[in-house]
Amino acid sequence: MDISFDLLINAIVAGLLLGGFYAAVTAGISISFGMLDIVNIAHPGFVILGSYLAYYINIHFGLDPILVSILMLPVFYALGCLIYQVYHLSFEKRGQDALRGLAFFFGLLFVTEVSLILVFGVDYRYVEASYIGPSLHIGFVDLPLRMLVPCIAALILFAAIELFITRTFIGRAIMAVSQDQLALQLQAADPIKIKRIAFGLSIAVAAVAGALLIIIQPVEPSVGREYIGRVFAICVLGGLGSMPGTLIAAMLLGVVESLTATFYGPSWAPAVAFGFLLLTLAFRPAGLLGR
Amino acid sequence: MSPLLHVDNISKRFGGFVALDGVTLEVAPGERLGLIGPNGSGKSTFVNCISGTLQNEVGSVRFDNQVMDGLAAHQRTHRGLARSFQLPRPFHSMTLADNLRIPLLYTVHARQGALRTTAELETRCHELLDMVGLLAKAKQMPRDLTQVEMRKLELARAMAAEPKLLIADEAMAGLSHSEVEDILTLLFQLNERGIGIILIEHIMSAVMKFSQRLAVLVSGKKIADGKPEEVVRNPEVVRAYIGE
Amino acid sequence: MTRVNTANFSLIMVAIGVVITLIAHAIGVDYLYFASYTILQFIVLATAWNILGGYCGYVNFGSAAFFALGAYSSVFIHKVFPLPVPLLIVIGAIVSGVVGLGMGYLTLRLRGSFFAIATLALAVVLQTLVVNWDFVGGSRGAYIIRPEYLEVGSFKIPYIEYLFILMLALAIIALVTARTIERSQLGFGFATIRDDELAAEACGVPTLKLKLIATALSGAFMGMAGAPFPYYIGYLQPQSAFGLEYAVNSIAMPMIGGTTSWVGPLVGAVLLGTAQQYATVTISSAVNLLIVGLMLVAFVIIAPNGLVGLVQERLRRKRS
Repeated sequence: MDISFDLLINAIVAGLLLGGFYAAVTAGISISFGMLDIVNIAHPGFVILGSYLAYYINIHFGLDPILVSILMLPVFYALGCLIYQVYHLSFEKRGQDALRGLAFFFGLLFVTEVSLILVFGVDYRYVEASYIGPSLHIGFVDLPLRMLVPCIAALILFAAIELFITRTFIGRAIMAVSQDQLALQLQAADPIKIKRIAFGLSIAVAAVAGALLIIIQPVEPSVGREYIGRVFAICVLGGLGSMPGTLIAAMLLGVVESLTATFYGPSWAPAVAFGFLLLTLAFRPAGLLGR
Repeated sequence: MSPLLHVDNISKRFGGFVALDGVTLEVAPGERLGLIGPNGSGKSTFVNCISGTLQNEVGSVRFDNQVMDGLAAHQRTHRGLARSFQLPRPFHSMTLADNLRIPLLYTVHARQGALRTTAELETRCHELLDMVGLLAKAKQMPRDLTQVEMRKLELARAMAAEPKLLIADEAMAGLSHSEVEDILTLLFQLNERGIGIILIEHIMSAVMKFSQRLAVLVSGKKIADGKPEEVVRNPEVVRAYIGE
Repeated sequence: MTRVNTANFSLIMVAIGVVITLIAHAIGVDYLYFASYTILQFIVLATAWNILGGYCGYVNFGSAAFFALGAYSSVFIHKVFPLPVPLLIVIGAIVSGVVGLGMGYLTLRLRGSFFAIATLALAVVLQTLVVNWDFVGGSRGAYIIRPEYLEVGSFKIPYIEYLFILMLALAIIALVTARTIERSQLGFGFATIRDDELAAEACGVPTLKLKLIATALSGAFMGMAGAPFPYYIGYLQPQSAFGLEYAVNSIAMPMIGGTTSWVGPLVGAVLLGTAQQYATVTISSAVNLLIVGLMLVAFVIIAPNGLVGLVQERLRRKRS
């Protein structure tokens, strides 16, 4: 195969941009799975929900999707808190085996997807914004703005979360609750409230990621399920709960997927994540920077 | 006589935290060893590494002249190394009698190869329950038990595996004086049959009464190992317990 | 409840099966065969799921993957050298069983949640593979021409009746297997894994080996359910083989019916399956799936032990 250098570089660049976005999608899971040990497989469902909401408001009110996502933050945060309450009362408190919790989230994922199909149908939806279409050209490297803008927004989001977790009181309380719940209680902080805040945060982040997603690509309800493999592959490869690891793993996955799509065809892309997941689980389950 | 258990310089870390740091310990066949140490000193990690629930990164564990490293917990139980859990972990969907059938079916049978009939199994379960005073509750579920009774069930389940060495991990915490005596009597009975016992406890009176030898773990290191009367007079041991 | 031993139970089930076959034959309406086939298929899938999910506590979200593997094995073989359907069922079992085993080996040594996630990812990946594989039709789909009749010598029945009988036999085998496991030492070991895996290991239960057995069995039965599917449906597309309804129903039926015994998946499959047959015809199939999803969430929160659990609670309260 005659690999054109141009094509290779552009594929890598596209992969990096995509990877930045993947990191934002995974950030929410890093919190709920990595820190709270809640296997929220419905997370991609909320991402897609965010996408559709952004689409709806964009089409009917003409608002920029990134702006919409910021407006959606409190709504999805509240939704996340509500879901955590239900989860906590039904499962964590009762000490149920993991099966029920997993089934609960699967049910949520499923209901979300089917509801979207009922309301919007299975056609692809996309948004309109001034930066979708034009590209930045640096030499022979193409930087499509529809990928560059979300990537930058995603990295800003990612950095904001990292700062929040490490610098604010609540953020550090979240880290503490993941390590030692009893110690936290002794310091007069309510671990349940902390976990609720964290989970609400993870869902709010999901919504923002969703708005970014629909800028990058058209969306239809089943896209969420493709992201499950990606998100967890990144989490595992990056080492659970490690933010820097998540970023590196996300970039890596983005690049490999982009190269696969460019040279073997885009229909193979979903399989890449799973391949990553399997290889990581088989050879280095603690991840690249794992503990 | 070669030691029944030979733990050679094992270390275990969790991320940056060193739970065990080069611990070496021996237990002779049929010996009664007491193991004490402040909370967080690594006693539970130690038990987990010996029993196979966790794998130590450094050092090796030899039991009955066989290398245990790399073996899963169930394989070590088959070879005669049994442990009870500090926080009782009963099988909550089964009756007490059934809880005891599990080690009988999966360990004792696996060893001898000869299957007992259902009736023989049931007799044995009742025998074991009787030893810990739970025979009356044989058909009840673990959720109907008091904390104390769950501890006893935990011990009975470890005994059911017919081990050569039994590790009793804080089986007496929270028990009344007479209950502590009951458990001690039970452990002495087991020991008389030749079963080695590692008693991990905070109740010093029980430890002193029971142990032929006493070892002390502090911050993942073994700081003392010898005759109980001497060990408790060791200044380092005293300091560890009273604090700085 | 009186203890019926396995041999007697099998005889009773076979007898029931024969009776059902004769009644169906007497009625002889094609639609009945088509509808019943679907319900029987769900009985197999729900029972298969429950062996790993209900008995061991390990959730498989990718039932569609194992089902589709069975279906596509049949398509593959049909294009190479057509074999009789019972043989295809065996092959479907082997293929799905081996894949289940392989995936289990990679993921079961780690946390339980990793296995669940891996099964979800597996479904996506297998669908990607199939969509890209033209030999089995790719995204365009594959046609399998279903003969109209099964003729063996002078014995002749409509082909759909033949498929119905095969699936009925499969359902009986699945139910008998599940019940046998439940009452055996193996089932006992499965329960310890579900209750407390760490304690199980300490008691000498070889948990990895048992989990692998459960995964292989569960996958195999799902593959068996999928093997006749291309013949049943005539035109197989990835979207239908990997369809949403298999993923959610395999979980919803045992969880709504009850996961601790073989009766639960049967009850769940019959009730939900019949309701869905009715709903799909009267309302849309998407609304139908939505209702199933909502019921799953509701039951998981309110009645974690399913319908069978509710009945058992009632009986226990009446006794005391």
